[in-house]
Amino acid sequence: MNPNFYVVLAAILFAIGIVGFLVRKNALVVFMSVELMLNASNLLLVTFSRVHGTLDGQAASFFVMVVAAAEVVVGLSIIVMIYRARQSANVDNENLLRY
Amino acid sequence: MAPTGLFPLAWLLIAVPLVSAAILLLAGKAANSWGHYLGTLAPIVSFVVALALFADLLGRPEAQHAVSVPLYTWIATGSWSIGVGLLIDPLSILFALLITGVGSLIHVYSIGYMAHDPGRRRFFAYLNFFIAAMLTLVLADNYAVLFVGWEGVGLASYLLISFWQHKPTAATAGKKAFVVNRVGDLGLTMAIFTMLAMFGSSSFEAVNAGASKMSPAWVTLLGMLLLVGACGKSAQVPLQSWLLDAMEGPTPVSALIHAATMVTAGVYLVIRSHAIYAQTSAAALAVAIVGTVTLLAGAWIGTSKDDIKKVLAGSTMSQIGYMMLAAGIGPIAYPFAIFHLLTHGFFKANMFLGAGSVMHGMNDDVNMRHYGGLAKVMKITYYTFLMGYLAIIGTPFFSGFYSKDSIIEAAWEKQPVLGALALIAAGITAFYMTRLMFMTFWSSKRWAEGVHPHESPAVMWVPLVLLAIPSVIAGMVMNAWIAGWLAPAVGGEVPANPSWLPHLSLIGVVTLVVVIAGVGVAYLIFGRTSIPESVPFTRNVFTIIGRHDLYGDAFNEAVFMKPGEALTRGVVAVDSGVVDGAVRGSGALALGLGGGLRKLQNGYVRSYGLTMIVGVIVVALALIIGRLV
Repeated sequence: MNPNFYVVLAAILFAIGIVGFLVRKNALVVFMSVELMLNASNLLLVTFSRVHGTLDGQAASFFVMVVAAAEVVVGLSIIVMIYRARQSANVDNENLLRY
Repeated sequence: MAPTGLFPLAWLLIAVPLVSAAILLLAGKAANSWGHYLGTLAPIVSFVVALALFADLLGRPEAQHAVSVPLYTWIATGSWSIGVGLLIDPLSILFALLITGVGSLIHVYSIGYMAHDPGRRRFFAYLNFFIAAMLTLVLADNYAVLFVGWEGVGLASYLLISFWQHKPTAATAGKKAFVVNRVGDLGLTMAIFTMLAMFGSSSFEAVNAGASKMSPAWVTLLGMLLLVGACGKSAQVPLQSWLLDAMEGPTPVSALIHAATMVTAGVYLVIRSHAIYAQTSAAALAVAIVGTVTLLAGAWIGTSKDDIKKVLAGSTMSQIGYMMLAAGIGPIAYPFAIFHLLTHGFFKANMFLGAGSVMHGMNDDVNMRHYGGLAKVMKITYYTFLMGYLAIIGTPFFSGFYSKDSIIEAAWEKQPVLGALALIAAGITAFYMTRLMFMTFWSSKRWAEGVHPHESPAVMWVPLVLLAIPSVIAGMVMNAWIAGWLAPAVGGEVPANPSWLPHLSLIGVVTLVVVIAGVGVAYLIFGRTSIPESVPFTRNVFTIIGRHDLYGDAFNEAVFMKPGEALTRGVVAVDSGVVDGAVRGSGALALGLGGGLRKLQNGYVRSYGLTMIVGVIVVALALIIGRLV
């Protein structure tokens, strides 16, 4: 199989993730976009691991998955607490850490 | 010549007045009751020591007339060694006698003159300090120590001119004197540096020995620099503007400093440097020209002033011009310069103290238009002043006749133009001094309300009498002897037939005629009609220029002060605009930058995310392009 397809797919997924991160207002959707970006990079790592014939890429993608999981735990708990306080999950309302 | 006998004690001459000054200043108010007696005793002690040294020198054979008293080494660096030592030789001992003798009489006079002044103790301290500094100047054996004395007398002059500090005019006059003196000091310091560079030493021996080996350009430069120094101290044109303002000080100060001693320091400097001027006829001619210009300028100013002290100050400027003229003529005329210096010291101090006595009787008024008819009321003052007057105009057998006529003759022989100008100035001198006599003593009374002129107390008129006596006889006594006495010290020639009779020549007779003409013109203008009480309006150009001090102040202001002020203002503007502006500007820049950059922190997560993504793209581009290149 041509690795180019996988690389292009990963790029498309990453771009979608970025756009989603920048554009959407709901905090959960922003989080999903971040997960999407992480998955895109995972795909890229595995693809190149297959291309080079080593296992380094796959080991790295394991790390990424673990980190993503931990981050989701912390991030979701924060979002839940914010929702409990404000009854809304709009990222634009959290703007108090400013000049 | 090594010091023997009394000479090792020569340092007492300087030390006694200096210690007395220190005691009077440090003792404070506790010394107010006896301070003036101590202050008067100090110069008398110095005078006695000077007399003893003089007697010792007289008794020695001529070859031993210069005694060198080394004291200690001051600065010993690589190739230069500047020691402090005294040189007692015919020239310096005459000066020392003049300074301490006339100084002591003026101290005695000041006891009476300053009797009602609360600062009398401080006055005597400054006077003593002046005596010590002036003696340092004339007794030094090298130019560096001479310069120490030079600066000391400048300081004393400043302190004494502005003695009544609360008067703004006095304070300004003191500052003016000091600043103009400083310009002269620049010339003298450059000359000393030149000597140190050329000879490795500034002692008189080294300079006298090395003068003939210098290149003509350097010798002329040295002569001109010394002339600048002399101009500053002796109030010669172009540095003459301070002398008339210096009359703000108490009258004993004017008598001692600005008539008899400090202003003659410039003449002393020129004559001490005779070896240099012998090598450069250009600088010597410059000295003679400066002297001639000044003697005319001083006489001109003296004709138009109504303030008695300013007339005498203009007269001093003029007479010192005569001395400088003689000093510029050459070795033949050096003894005449010193002779005139000594006789001038006597009769000018006499006249200044007499003016002080007149002021004392007229409630400290200096305006001669308020005087008149004082001859009958203040007899002793009148007769002593008369002696001084006759001496200065050059009446035969009085002291001024011998000294001034010798200078005019020598000038005529050297350069007829200079001689003619000196002759004319002698006539002008007779004119303005006779005018002074008419306005003060001989005309009818023009006294203000409530003024009762009376003779001064004995403590004031005794010094007047003691100064009037040498004004009369000093010429006859010294004429025969002074040229021979000074010859070894100034490199002059001993005249063939010295005698006490006046040397009669064509020039002498012409001078007498000119003097009588001057007196006559003054009589015609001031003696026959009454003198106006307020300054009369006049269209006479000479009078107007004379009243404005020959526009010397206006010239200084336009040429030096205004450009200097503009330069200072420019520098201040650059400092506050450019330098301060740069400092403040950098601060404002930081502030502005911070103010702009903080707007990035707006609290929105999505904008932070955008910033991060932009950064990632920039880094990625850099990496990719780096790979491609």
